[in-house]
Amino acid sequence: MAAILKNRRIRDSVLQVAFVATILLTIVVAAITARANLDAQGLTSGFGFLERSTGWRISFSLIEYSTSSPYWKAILVGILNSLFLGAIALPLATVIGVTVGVMRTSGNGMAELVGVTYVETFRNVPLILQLLFWYTLLLALPTPRDATLILGGIAFTGRGIYIPGLNVTGGSAFVATVVVIAGAALALWLKARRWPDLNLVHARRERRVLWGGVVGLAVVAMWIGRIPETSLMSIPEQRGLNFREGIRISPELMACIIAISIYGGAYIAEIIRAGFNAVPKGQSEAGRALGLTNWQIFSRIRLPLAVRIVMPTLINQYVWLFKATTIGIAISFTDFFMVISTAINQSGQTLELIGILMGGFLIINYSIAWVLNRVNDAIKLRGTQLRI
Amino acid sequence: MSFAADFPKDSAFNKAKARYFATPTDAVVSALFAAFAVWILWSLANWALLHAVFGANQRDACMATEGACWSVVSTRWRIVLFGLYPFEEQWRSAIACVVMVVVAALSCVPWFWSARRLPPLWIAGFAIFYVLMRGGWFGLREVTEQNWGGLSLTIFIFAAVSLLGMPLAIVFALLRRSDLPWIARTMALVIDVIRSLPLLSIMFTFAIVMPFVLPDWAIGDKLYRVIVGYALFFACYQAEIIRGGMQALPAGQEEAAKALGLTYWHRIGYIVLPQAFRNALPPTINQFVITFKETSLVTIIGFFDVMASGRAASGNADWNFATIEMYVFVALIFFVFVFTLSRYGAYLERRLGVGRR
Repeated sequence: MAAILKNRRIRDSVLQVAFVATILLTIVVAAITARANLDAQGLTSGFGFLERSTGWRISFSLIEYSTSSPYWKAILVGILNSLFLGAIALPLATVIGVTVGVMRTSGNGMAELVGVTYVETFRNVPLILQLLFWYTLLLALPTPRDATLILGGIAFTGRGIYIPGLNVTGGSAFVATVVVIAGAALALWLKARRWPDLNLVHARRERRVLWGGVVGLAVVAMWIGRIPETSLMSIPEQRGLNFREGIRISPELMACIIAISIYGGAYIAEIIRAGFNAVPKGQSEAGRALGLTNWQIFSRIRLPLAVRIVMPTLINQYVWLFKATTIGIAISFTDFFMVISTAINQSGQTLELIGILMGGFLIINYSIAWVLNRVNDAIKLRGTQLRI
Repeated sequence: MSFAADFPKDSAFNKAKARYFATPTDAVVSALFAAFAVWILWSLANWALLHAVFGANQRDACMATEGACWSVVSTRWRIVLFGLYPFEEQWRSAIACVVMVVVAALSCVPWFWSARRLPPLWIAGFAIFYVLMRGGWFGLREVTEQNWGGLSLTIFIFAAVSLLGMPLAIVFALLRRSDLPWIARTMALVIDVIRSLPLLSIMFTFAIVMPFVLPDWAIGDKLYRVIVGYALFFACYQAEIIRGGMQALPAGQEEAAKALGLTYWHRIGYIVLPQAFRNALPPTINQFVITFKETSLVTIIGFFDVMASGRAASGNADWNFATIEMYVFVALIFFVFVFTLSRYGAYLERRLGVGRR
């Protein structure tokens, strides 16, 4: 027996098998205990409940949903809401982050001071506190009756923010968005694979055809999806106690957007700043020696290099920010997490729903990371383009 | 004529000129940002200082003014700091918090940075904290966890998560870079999966779902389940940080240790981990900063931490118009802790950067 234990290969194998078996066993025992406990409560396990109708309302939904809709549809609404929030808040955070990051590396003392104050204020306070803060502020806006329209079509009220919109069906807006995203993906792919081998004139022509096609298709999709017998633009107007027409952004959604983009912006600003600082001085000095203007040096040399340097860090940051959207539950924004937790309360199908929640987040986060890694592969510097 | 006279003087005026007014564009940008900053500062000062009401129990004065109502803070600050802790015993909660803050401050002193000093310091500090808060010994009245709240609960969760998560992180990191492929792969999968889930969903799972999954004797209090879940999450992130620190070590270090005939535990304990921690110090501090901030998520699971108490303090009919002031106060509490820690992290990063060759 002792001799067997001294044999390294056997010992290694036993260790590995024991480790993996312990983890698997924990999971199996947990599942069996759970099944027994849930059976004792008279709950049937399995995913059959997804077809049952929910019976509860969801305040904000991108697709049609009513109290008689099944559970799977409620979960879909939640996922779409989370993605929708992420699709608005993450780009906004990027815009804020890049602006502040540039301010902090501009060399202008006043801009740096404002930038550093912003970053330190919003990075050092928990996100959920900021969310509640903005939400309270938004709810304290005047009631629709007392609010006034500004700039011909925007109104800030305690019941939401009204902005002008297009009178098109949700489906066609969705198609148009997909077309634009697909066009951008295609452009990135061509940029990595095809255009470098083409001569400049051909590459430019292909780029123009591609973007022209994308914009054209998007416009056509919106045009077909027009809601009949309405004007093209829908502009909010005051009627009685409320506003009609236009698009209402609920205070919950707005607070989530503001909080996540401001909080995320502070983090992204720091990443961008680190990126600018990592661009070797020689690069901008070389640009100056070639007689480029300050703007050219910034837009053609420093910014592209900085973005490429920070891309891997940024990808992690985006995944992290997307996970942060779950705090919407603190102000009852019906995102993925909130729908799941309501569904658990209502149906009692705890394990299945938690499984869906975890699976959903794994898929979404891995997809974000995968897509952004492809972007990174497409734009990253090759060989000796950057010597630090 | 001296050589130095050929260079422009490095006077304060010239420095300011270079930083704020180097070019006409710079001057305009500076002026714009200065105007913006002055406007914000002026509105803030107007609201927070000039028109504000400070003294306790001045609800009527608050209703009359345009400015901030700090009266809500001076009236109800005890709820924010101590939650539902019995009024006569709140001095215990205060001392316990001070002890934990002192422990955290002492851990920033390089003298304590060794495996012989840091863990005993934290365990002793945590034990004092727990005995003071819980009572039942030394003639102290017993106060159960259900009555803990406010800042002391936040600090308790943070300290417990750190104390539990750190050893776990070291174990995870070692398993993750084990030479045995199946152990390394399984651990990598576990770490990746947990890291891609939101902290909130993990806390939620441990608080709500675990009672179904665990055998009865292992269920424990909801607070401790959430702490375990959070510690697990913390450990997965911290394990990757430690692994990064290990990867930055030159391979020669471990090879030299092997050549000297050191055992695995000696290699890890004396060669790898100390240097890995040194490399990973700035991201580790950053991780603690994030961990402290995110303890506020327990509010959603239904705990009465400093954030929830802040909401409760301004949540009654008398003070519900002063919610913003309460949030600002809680934000200030977080800011003091988090800002100090992150500044310390930045200082360490500079200091370690100087020493690196």
